[in-house]
Amino acid sequence: MIRVQTENFDPGVELEQMRRENHGQAGAMVSFTGLVRELNEGDTITQMTLEHYPGMTEKALEKIEQEANQRWDLTATLIIHRVGPLAPNDHIVFVAAASRHRKQAFLACEFMIDTLKTNAPFWKKETLPDGVRWVEPGTS
Amino acid sequence: MIQLRYFASLRESLGIGDEQIELPDGIHDLPGLTRWLQDRNETWASTLADSRLHVAINQEIVKPDAAVTDGDEVAWFPPVTGG
Repeated sequence: MIRVQTENFDPGVELEQMRRENHGQAGAMVSFTGLVRELNEGDTITQMTLEHYPGMTEKALEKIEQEANQRWDLTATLIIHRVGPLAPNDHIVFVAAASRHRKQAFLACEFMIDTLKTNAPFWKKETLPDGVRWVEPGTS
Repeated sequence: MIQLRYFASLRESLGIGDEQIELPDGIHDLPGLTRWLQDRNETWASTLADSRLHVAINQEIVKPDAAVTDGDEVAWFPPVTGG
């Protein structure tokens, strides 16, 4: 499942939901949670705004999820990405994979977040005490 | 008609997020369409000259020489920075 949303999410609630729907199939759940750093490139961030390409974003995330499920034997996958204004320490992104054994879930989770970072149309804009700037790729 | 969309720093540089235009006569591919847009003025010429820009047609990333046809949605954007 994929979700793009302005609202916050609770990683614990998401994992518990995944566990409840698992019905004993998977023996492992691996997740990654991305947060807004207060310091980036040595500067203090007061706000981070996520822009995206509605429509294409959902397609790109679904494609990443499909590819993970083709490559590994997974029982469940989840990608959540927030958009809009965020504050330091806020959740940005959540990726989780469940599988019968842990190795597949670890690999799938890493693949999904790494691919999301290069393939999904999101752009970060930082607000600093003295202005705003778009985040350069590779520094986020 | 074709739908054109611009995102993030590109949208700010161009001062526009989306527009609908008639596919110009004789334009059949991305290089032609990009040149046509660059002819608008110096801002468009320099902004769309950035070789790091990505282009999506109908919400799929395409190669720089992709074909453009009537009804397409064409989007230009800088490298993505999500996650």
